[in-house]
Amino acid sequence: MKIVVLVKPVPDTYGDRVLNLETGLADRAASETVLDEITERALEAVIRHAEESAKSGAGDVEVIAMTMAPAESQSTLRKALAMGAASAVHVADERLAGADLVRTAEVLAAALRRAGADLIVAGNGSTDGSGGVMPSMLAELLELPAATRLETLEITADAVRGTRETDGGTMTVTAALPAVVSVTERMPDPRFPALKGIMGAKKKPLEVLTLDDLGAELEALGVELDETASARSIMVAATQRPAREAGEIITDDGTAGERIAAFLADRRLA
Amino acid sequence: MTSTEMTSNEPILTLLLAGPAVADEAPALADGAAEALGAAARLGTPVAVVVGAADALPQLAEAAASLGAARVLTAAVDPAQLGAPVADALAAAVAQEAPAAVLVSHSIEGSDAAGRLAARLRAPLAVDAVAVERDDEGIVAKHSVYGGGFEVTSAATYGPLIVTLRLGAIDHRAEAAAPQVSALEVGASGRPAAAVEGFESVVQASERPDLRSAKKIVSGGRGLGSKEQFALVEQLADTLGAAIGASRAAVDAGYVDQSLQVGQTGTSVSPDLYIAVGISGAIQHRAGMQTAKTIIAIDKDANAPIFEIADLGVVGDLFTIVPQLVQALEARK
Repeated sequence: MKIVVLVKPVPDTYGDRVLNLETGLADRAASETVLDEITERALEAVIRHAEESAKSGAGDVEVIAMTMAPAESQSTLRKALAMGAASAVHVADERLAGADLVRTAEVLAAALRRAGADLIVAGNGSTDGSGGVMPSMLAELLELPAATRLETLEITADAVRGTRETDGGTMTVTAALPAVVSVTERMPDPRFPALKGIMGAKKKPLEVLTLDDLGAELEALGVELDETASARSIMVAATQRPAREAGEIITDDGTAGERIAAFLADRRLA
Repeated sequence: MTSTEMTSNEPILTLLLAGPAVADEAPALADGAAEALGAAARLGTPVAVVVGAADALPQLAEAAASLGAARVLTAAVDPAQLGAPVADALAAAVAQEAPAAVLVSHSIEGSDAAGRLAARLRAPLAVDAVAVERDDEGIVAKHSVYGGGFEVTSAATYGPLIVTLRLGAIDHRAEAAAPQVSALEVGASGRPAAAVEGFESVVQASERPDLRSAKKIVSGGRGLGSKEQFALVEQLADTLGAAIGASRAAVDAGYVDQSLQVGQTGTSVSPDLYIAVGISGAIQHRAGMQTAKTIIAIDKDANAPIFEIADLGVVGDLFTIVPQLVQALEARK
């Protein structure tokens, strides 16, 4: 079985994240680029499945990490390899800078077709974009079922199953393979790559693909190779919110509770 | 929104999904229906696409009209099939109505449907919008990104703009309309769907407001020390009629359920009042709440970063301050 885990390099949430106010695009130089935590968890869950599958003799599970990201963020894929992915696919093309959601979905779908996965696993939403729509978009383009925002993940030879929290309850869902799933941060904590993993990662295959490499797959999906001239959605303005300023800081002298109550009453908040 | 709003009669589609079926209760629309119709009414003529189990549709359609849908298009789907069938219904409605925009709640099922629709139509998609407006050139969506640090406006170059609306972000409500209901003709795409095997409804244990849309929130952090002591947060919340939230540290420590987590990886909120109790305010937490109108922080560590964004910061022992605050609030009632 071949499982592709979609991983995403994002600006580190521990630092300041900055949008370029001219282009509206992420200022990637302003902050460190890391593998998004939710995609590390997705990868961890799948690697564990592969390890258990190998141990129990249930069959070989090949884990591939895939991303579409600028060339300079490749170190994050090395981390995915160090964690235990067998290989990595990096779709990197300058023509994809500022790609909108549909364009991103088309290109990833093309790369996924090329990889020929039985199961595609993504995080439920990244810390930078937070849209959470990509798994459903990919399922639509690839004509696959999607089980999104799974809190548990059970993979069998021909199906995937899990629970998801929806409005008002817990739903158990299943999808026949091939399928797309997204998982939440209920997935296990990601491992820290051991030195052996880090050294080994350097020898693992990391394939870099441009749009031209995906020409046949894009055509099969009915997509033009170069759509940079016809973006569907555009950013028309970006502004920085003024930094919030600290207000009054007091140290409790035994009456702080009263002070807060008065503060709330003054502002008609209580 | 500005007062010089440009009006239009163009149809604005809103996807209204059925809420989970609860035994012995009438069918209801999922959260966000009133918000989507309220936003649509500001842009054009709100047309609802009501999708649910066949026997629930008459009541759901009536509810949609009462929330302001000028027309209601209904489509029956099997609630046990996820994803593709809802997108089929929405695609049929887009073909019939040629709307200027399609508004969908940024709920789990809503964003799944919007993603599928945008991919199928190769149409522009604006996700997690906090407002939709009209400008000289058409409909634009506003987004709050990087935890509220930036505001971004997006627009379509062609085709209907598909927008998912952050729950709780739209305050405007449409006026009730007389029900004008018709069944939508849906050609099934036959695309494979995930199947629902079971559903366990969670009985709402309290009458507290929902975290995502609450006007007031009291959040607790690791400073509460234990699950039992987290009750202090609940007392304060109930005194104020507020929702309960928590930091990731409190969730990881098992004080409360993960669904209450506020922050980058939990729920993003922007209430009128946010009281942080025993929360140091890691950057990921602040990213989920710093757009609150008024922030009050109580923590024993004077250097806690939460104080950098608090309108009123109190350095001290929450175990004496919070009970005193509850008492003072009760006395003022």
